Amino acid sequence: MSEVRVRGRAETGLKFHGETRALRVKMVLLGSSGVGKSSLALRFSKDEFKASAPTVGCAYLTQVVCLHDATLRFEIWDTAGQEKYHSVTPLYYRGAHAALVVYDITKRESFIRAQLWLKELEKQYIPGETEVVLVGNKMDLPDDREVSLQEGRSLAERGGLLFMETSAKSGEQMNELLLTIGSNPEHKIRIMQLLERNRV
Amino acid sequence: MEEEHQDKEQSETVRCSEPQSHCSLDEPDSLQVANTISLENSSPVKLDCSTEKPCRSSSDTVKDIDSTNGPSEPEPEPEGPEGDGMSTRSSELSEVRTGEENGPSSQPQGTAYEEDQPENVSDSASTDNTLEDSSEFVVTVLARGSLEDQGEGPSSALSEASSPVQAQAPSHRDEDVTAESWRRHRKHVFVLSEAGKPIYSRYGNEEALSSTMGVMMALVSFVQSGDNTIRSIYSDEHTVVFMQQGPLVLVSVSCSRQSEQQLRSELLYVYNQIVSMLTQASINRIFERKKNYDLRRLLAGSEKILDGLLNLVDSDPSFLLSAVHCLPLASSLRDSLSQILQKAITPNLVFSILIAKNQLLTIVQEKTVIEDTRLEPADLHLLLNLIGASSAFQAGEIWTPICLPLFNPDCYFYAYISYLDPPECTVCLLLLSTDKEAFYAVADCKRKIDEGMRTQNALRSIARAQSYSASQVGVSDLRHFMYKPFDVPDNHRQLTQFTSPEMEAPYSSEEERMRLLDLYRYMHSRIHSSSRPLKLIYHVAERETLLAWVTSKFELYTCFSPLVTKASAINAITKLLRWIKKEEDRLFIRNPPKYSTTPNPSKGSRGGKGGSDRQDTTDNGFLSLL
Ligand SMILES: Nc1nc2c(ncn2[C@@H]2O[C@H](COP(=O)(O)OP(=O)(O)OP(=O)(O)O)[C@@H](O)[C@H]2O)c(=O)[nH]1
Ligand SMILES: [Mg+2]
Repeated sequence: MSEVRVRGRAETGLKFHGETRALRVKMVLLGSSGVGKSSLALRFSKDEFKASAPTVGCAYLTQVVCLHDATLRFEIWDTAGQEKYHSVTPLYYRGAHAALVVYDITKRESFIRAQLWLKELEKQYIPGETEVVLVGNKMDLPDDREVSLQEGRSLAERGGLLFMETSAKSGEQMNELLLTIGSNPEHKIRIMQLLERNRV
Repeated sequence: MEEEHQDKEQSETVRCSEPQSHCSLDEPDSLQVANTISLENSSPVKLDCSTEKPCRSSSDTVKDIDSTNGPSEPEPEPEGPEGDGMSTRSSELSEVRTGEENGPSSQPQGTAYEEDQPENVSDSASTDNTLEDSSEFVVTVLARGSLEDQGEGPSSALSEASSPVQAQAPSHRDEDVTAESWRRHRKHVFVLSEAGKPIYSRYGNEEALSSTMGVMMALVSFVQSGDNTIRSIYSDEHTVVFMQQGPLVLVSVSCSRQSEQQLRSELLYVYNQIVSMLTQASINRIFERKKNYDLRRLLAGSEKILDGLLNLVDSDPSFLLSAVHCLPLASSLRDSLSQILQKAITPNLVFSILIAKNQLLTIVQEKTVIEDTRLEPADLHLLLNLIGASSAFQAGEIWTPICLPLFNPDCYFYAYISYLDPPECTVCLLLLSTDKEAFYAVADCKRKIDEGMRTQNALRSIARAQSYSASQVGVSDLRHFMYKPFDVPDNHRQLTQFTSPEMEAPYSSEEERMRLLDLYRYMHSRIHSSSRPLKLIYHVAERETLLAWVTSKFELYTCFSPLVTKASAINAITKLLRWIKKEEDRLFIRNPPKYSTTPNPSKGSRGGKGGSDRQDTTDNGFLSLL
């Protein structure tokens, strides 16, 4: 079932290290069940795409990424979208440096839920503490699209968030997503500042 | 052992099946119920049949009209207050079991000798079984109800009684509930709310079955309104078992020939699996607040977990025996694994469990916290089922709230799940903490365990560990067995375990394996019959001969080739018991280690003395759980 990603990471300037002293980036994935959070996490950590079962509770993965001059140790909290786990989700997003709020472009409902997630994050955080990225996943399914690119973008703009459409399946835009999180000049500085406090 | 043999020889009698006048639905009240619900249906008369004929094997189906204090169900079954009240009313609808699971030896004893019995379970069962049309009836009732309900009949499929058929292909949510194949599933399980809202159906989409479930609920509540509780309905084809747990109603519709008691305990597993995800307290709270809440919202995505549970219940005898199967392992290796676990502890960690190939390797538990408690096999089964459904094998590490219903149905533990041998992912580590914030500390324990395993090369040894074959026992004609000691001698309050060899030819196909399990289930139901528990059964079936034997020390089920004679079977069992005794240390976890605040210096931790070179965990937050 797994597909090999067409584009190598080298092209985009991402390199992976086995073990190193690194800056810790706590990243949390939020969004409805089935939008592809685990698939994004798997693509990110193993560069694979596999059929996956709904996540139980929360899955924790780490990935070390070399980004230009910095080594980032991503700690990914892939939360379960199922409603029964919502009460414990704050456990995972507390103290996150980056929060990916994911929806499925082929499911309007997941887009509505994403807005609820954004609201919840807003409530919890002083703006600027956490880098929030709105992610529209499954862009490989244009025929089933229910949420337009523009809708996603303007929602993000309104909240001053980063925005990206991706496909965990094809791997499209995945590196861009990482680069967005890590290297958007403005945000990078901000992340770096945050990270300084967390030097391991 | 000797004297027990003796005992057996003497008490061996031909199995008697004096017709007992009983039936699940012969109270006037229930007839009314039936009439009312069935409306124009003419078959309710059928419901109070069977006074003239015995139901199934009489011992299985007698409806005891005891007061509610029958000592126990296989598992503590939290009865709602009403449930209790109703069952005290003497009605044959309500049935209270006597405590057969608890003390077979304290029950009136008997043995059955069935050499002349019909060849297989279904035969011997159906010979006695006579409530011809009642399930057809219920089923018809249900179908009609839904027809009236909706004016269309997705569930009219139910209206004809089906013939018993092997289990069908694995469940699909989108299965056509009007199809013949749907009807012919061996065992349906439905979960609904008291308001009649569908929550889960093993086969088919609950939505499509909502009217059917509504009628089921109508049946339940109508009987309830008469201050009564509907427990079961029998027919020659089907057994329908109802169970209410708080605001949830669980229904099993089975043509598997299992006893009501067995089906009931399976429903309890289903209920408890739901509790393991949501906790009983929150289920109750939710429905107190909103009677017609759609619980599927909270269970969305968990259908697979319940599906998986039901498949396991059908195929894994652990559930039938309420015992844990552990992987045979040299006791020195098991001890060193336990020590590795014991050395990797952190405050609030209460259980460390190591599993390989879905079988238990070892379990280590916090001592002071759980002084007098042990992990119940059922809780472990539910936990293992959940692990199976988790994607830890992909994700690396899982951290999830989970409730152990028998331990405490109202509180969550936090479970850390990770595999120690990626990418194979056969050795799974499960750490349970009472502190939801403890992830990093617990994950750190895993690193320590990883290290410990590496230095001892333990993974290699585990990989070599295997189940065993019945032929290793060295007893001719012995094909398979299941042995469950009631208490491993040198440790009280031990985790209940059983041992069993691999199922090998002629039980290598799925179908044959199921057939053998069905035979075991039949033997089990006879042994644990509420009305007439037996100590020993010698059952000659068509393709094998079975012998089941329960004493105060153990419960044993054996399967022999059909050529075995009674004398040689008894002889074989003596040898088998001797073999088990010899292998005991390898087959069972003998000394489940406990740690208190510190890793115990010695493995024999039963004495419970632990050093104290670690920080104190007396304030481990556990009390807040109680
Ligand atoms: N076509 C397509 N399918 C995807 C993509 N990402 C995920 N999927 C599929 O969507 C389904 C759900 O994906 P998951 O990654 O398990 O979803 P999730 O968000 O982790 O769900 P929960 O763990 O329940 O919260 C799976 O069948 C994936 O194969 C994608 O980019 N394109
Ligand atoms: Mg997931």
